[in-house]
Amino acid sequence: MEVSKLAQSKKRRFYMRTAILAVLVVAIVFTVYSNLNKEKNAVLQVGDKAPDFVLVDMDGTERRLSDYKGQGVFLNFWGTWCKPCAKEMPAMDNQYGEYTDQGVQTLAINIGESDLKVNSFLNRYGLTFPIAIDRNKSVMESYNIDPLPTTFLINPEGKIEKIIKGEMTEQDIANFMDQIKPS
Amino acid sequence: MDMASLSSTLLFVAFVAYLIATFLFGGAVKSSNSKTTKSFERWGKLAITVTILGFIANLGYFITRWIAAGHAPVSNLFEFTTAFGMMVVGAFILIYFIYKTPALGLFALPIALIIIAYASMFPTEITPLIPALKSYWLTIHVITAAMGEAILAISAVAGFIYLLKNIDLTKKSKERFWIEAVMFVLVLVIGFIVATVSFSLADYKAEYSYISKDESQHNIEYTMPALFGMNESVALTEGAFEPIAEMPPLVNAKKLTTVVWTILFGTVIYILLRLILRKRIATVLQPLTKKSNSQLMDEIGYRAVLIGFPVFTLGALIFAMIWAHEAWSRFWGWDPKEVWALITFLFYAVFLHLRLSKGWDGKRSAWIALIGFIIIMFNLIAVNLILAGLHSYA
Amino acid sequence: MDKIVCTCGNVNPAGTELCESCGRPLNEETKEKKIVDMRYEGSARRSQTYNKTIIDKVWNFFSSVKVGMWIIVAILIAAAIGTILPQVFYVPATNETDIAAYYERIYGTFGTLYYQLGLSDLYSSWWFQGLVGMLGISLVIASLDRVIPLYKSLKKQKTKRHISFLKRQRVFGIGKTDVSEESLLSAEEKLKELKYKVKREGNAILAERGRFSRWGPYVNHLGLIIFLFGVMLRALPGFYVDETMWLREGETLYVPETDGYFLESKEFIYETYSKEESKEVYGEAIDRVGTIAKNYQTDVALYKGPEGSVAGHTEELTFEKEASIQVNKPVKFDNFSVFQMDFRLDELATMTFQLQDKETQKSYGEFKIDLADPQPLYELDKGYKVEVMDYYADFTGFEEGIPQSKSPLPNNPAFLIKMYSPEFPKGETSFVMIKETVEPLGENQHKIAFQSVETRDVSGLTVRKDLTLPLLALGGLIFMIGVAQGSYWNHRRIWVQLLEDGQTVIAAHTNKNWLSVKRDLDKVTEVAHLPKYLDQQDTDSLEEKVDIEEGV
Repeated sequence: MEVSKLAQSKKRRFYMRTAILAVLVVAIVFTVYSNLNKEKNAVLQVGDKAPDFVLVDMDGTERRLSDYKGQGVFLNFWGTWCKPCAKEMPAMDNQYGEYTDQGVQTLAINIGESDLKVNSFLNRYGLTFPIAIDRNKSVMESYNIDPLPTTFLINPEGKIEKIIKGEMTEQDIANFMDQIKPS
Repeated sequence: MDMASLSSTLLFVAFVAYLIATFLFGGAVKSSNSKTTKSFERWGKLAITVTILGFIANLGYFITRWIAAGHAPVSNLFEFTTAFGMMVVGAFILIYFIYKTPALGLFALPIALIIIAYASMFPTEITPLIPALKSYWLTIHVITAAMGEAILAISAVAGFIYLLKNIDLTKKSKERFWIEAVMFVLVLVIGFIVATVSFSLADYKAEYSYISKDESQHNIEYTMPALFGMNESVALTEGAFEPIAEMPPLVNAKKLTTVVWTILFGTVIYILLRLILRKRIATVLQPLTKKSNSQLMDEIGYRAVLIGFPVFTLGALIFAMIWAHEAWSRFWGWDPKEVWALITFLFYAVFLHLRLSKGWDGKRSAWIALIGFIIIMFNLIAVNLILAGLHSYA
Repeated sequence: MDKIVCTCGNVNPAGTELCESCGRPLNEETKEKKIVDMRYEGSARRSQTYNKTIIDKVWNFFSSVKVGMWIIVAILIAAAIGTILPQVFYVPATNETDIAAYYERIYGTFGTLYYQLGLSDLYSSWWFQGLVGMLGISLVIASLDRVIPLYKSLKKQKTKRHISFLKRQRVFGIGKTDVSEESLLSAEEKLKELKYKVKREGNAILAERGRFSRWGPYVNHLGLIIFLFGVMLRALPGFYVDETMWLREGETLYVPETDGYFLESKEFIYETYSKEESKEVYGEAIDRVGTIAKNYQTDVALYKGPEGSVAGHTEELTFEKEASIQVNKPVKFDNFSVFQMDFRLDELATMTFQLQDKETQKSYGEFKIDLADPQPLYELDKGYKVEVMDYYADFTGFEEGIPQSKSPLPNNPAFLIKMYSPEFPKGETSFVMIKETVEPLGENQHKIAFQSVETRDVSGLTVRKDLTLPLLALGGLIFMIGVAQGSYWNHRRIWVQLLEDGQTVIAAHTNKNWLSVKRDLDKVTEVAHLPKYLDQQDTDSLEEKVDIEEGV
């Protein structure tokens, strides 16, 4: 009787200690791991749902992201002072023409510059795709935009398929648009 | 007399009172005899009375300056360090009434004197508060932290007396070396004070221009002959001292110059003292501790930490964090001053654990208490003046 | 390991040193001691007793005070190393390459080494966090291991302890004196007067006071554990937000990471102390330093977008409240706080020009360009017009004839302008910069002459949300309570026993401040004619007893 009681309490002690240690170690490992990945967690990742937004483009048309469900969206963030942005715009314009019929919408969001500036820019390059100005930077914040240009590939289900930071070649753009074509 | 000058006068009165009280405590220690009871009565009572009078004058300085400035006088290096010196005296008075130990006064008061003198080497004008300091937390955080540090300082003084009494200074040992090293550091501080006062009496001023690390030009004024020059420094004052060496933009040559002058003056003073006294300074002071009861000093040292640790934690960490959150949007930013306050906290936690769990007492405890004080002083001196951060005021 | 049954009948857990009930020493080691270690009441510190499995070994490792202290020392030293050079947070560079370059440039080889070893971002490093985590584990296990047996012991202790226990206490006295039931009663009374809780069992008295202070260390450890737990929660999404935004006077911007909140800056106020208006005493300081900031604040209006609104929506914002954000006074809403952190003064806001004839300097009209929203056309009187063809906010020069701008900030505004006048219906082209005008298509008759600017200030605001704060505050509060509880009070016990052989035994124990408990004992001894006691530890004062009282 004594022996089994002893064995019982030994087991209990073992389980208690293991449980407590396990909880503590897991908690700490989790915390350290999360903290190291915080940068990544704070920012939108591939696979996240693309935050909805609504902006009025330079022609006065309202553009709402959720309206494009079922189509791919090539979402580009840019500024007039950003040279790589300027370089890729003509290429974007070409591909825009190509892929609109294939169900890929293109939308370029300017980071809060003036109408005059954006108009002079699109006139100079003869850009035809929809451009909208994010005046109070709310869309920019939602998408955690840091360097420019940044392009988001949003698939027909509304999820982010790829995030491209930096300049793209015309071939890149074609490939990307192809990627989010609705099947 | 207006408030501001009354304030300065009161500080001076306090300083003199502490000086006199030091000698009176010396008399009490010298005349005490382990056989006679109430031996400290005449000297001791007089000494503590003068100390208390000095403390009242010191409080008077504090209050009048508060009125004159419109805010608690703890907003710059001079004000804070002076307040700290005052609290050390306050903490001593408190401990004295519990334990009645003139020896403690003999050593604590000179420390307070050195602290106040050191403080006075920095700009003393009454300054208005910058926006970051406009909060009642200034009063609460800084005063509580100063109080905590002052009480902890007493533990270092008690530890110092313990060591001075119990280290065999006739035999070569690591302990003998280090206790004399502590004396040397104290002499260095005096060296700093003497150097600053000497050059200030000579009204030494020299201006130089230099290129800072962000490649812009600035002017800087030296109050001591420039042993080291700033990056690409050019003398603007005529006949200014030519630096011996030029420093890269990373190094503040003016501060380096001050440090080197301090070391020069301090070392010279120390050598002179050794030559005149023909003994180690520790050896000269040791007889003053002969009559102290080691067990008592040990208990005082321990008790001071027990009392001071919670006060320090409350002031330097808890109140500090609350205020940092209101002012800087984050309660902890790992800035050097915050980190060294944390280090102080952790260190005294180790002290208490070593004492309570490992039974460390006597000499070991005394050395730890001394090191703790050095850490507090590092935070006050090095972090403020050398390491950069949101917190540096000087 | 087996439980230990004491002579008195009490069954003690394995490893107990002093019987929980009567106090008899239970093993040879303890019997050999002159004064027993009362820190844990002689109870078995569990980790000392079981050491079989790997789990036990890990448990014992973390239960050790020595290990705990080494962890504290390691954290202490690591933290100090992090202050040698500024951490990345305080470095004015944002991406890795810039940061690395900064350390190299300013601090040379030492700087590069510091950066490469990861010391420049020490407090976020995995190993530093790991150390703090280990401290947390140590706190939990070391406390559990000790507080439970301690509690059991103090609860179980009997009033009548065995003589073998009492004689091993630090303060102990035994002798044949005139002690009777009466004196025991007066002892009880005196002890009660001295605020002790007195228990009586036959001819034995146990007077106890301040037991609650024994829990102090465990309470403060609990506080620390809660605090660290709060810190841990920050890693979870949604608990912690830390963003910055630069808001210009007159602008309305979205507040990052909040749910549809917008802030409009109505005005940024910056005040310095002037000698005339301030107290006289400040005069000297103002002279020496120059400008001392008195106050800076942003007066804002807070708006909220409608429920379920998406980004980009600017209409239908409802006004929430107005506030003045000052240093030390953030504006708070919905778990968020926005702090006044930084500012930039006098950013160019508008520029006023005149269309003039170059020779006669006659003006044909004035117009003001809002740099945030320049208009394409400004119509002046009598058929004079100014067309703004393009605007370069941060003009850096021409590249192959094309004007370049490096940012949208109006640091160096320049305009490509066409001037229309009755003489020149097709327009004259002019490129206008701040101090210069370039005429790219040949000399003009007219020019654009700069008249004045308006500036506006920009506020640097920090947006914070921290749901872990209440937990941290709770942890801190409990910690302080525990520290006060353990430091400012002490646990005292006095035992008095009338032995069978007519002798009287007294013993006393306290966890700190022996002076006070001795004084209490003196008072009771006096009243109850108890025997004299000795402090079996203090050899110094056994000779110089007088000096403890008076000391020097």
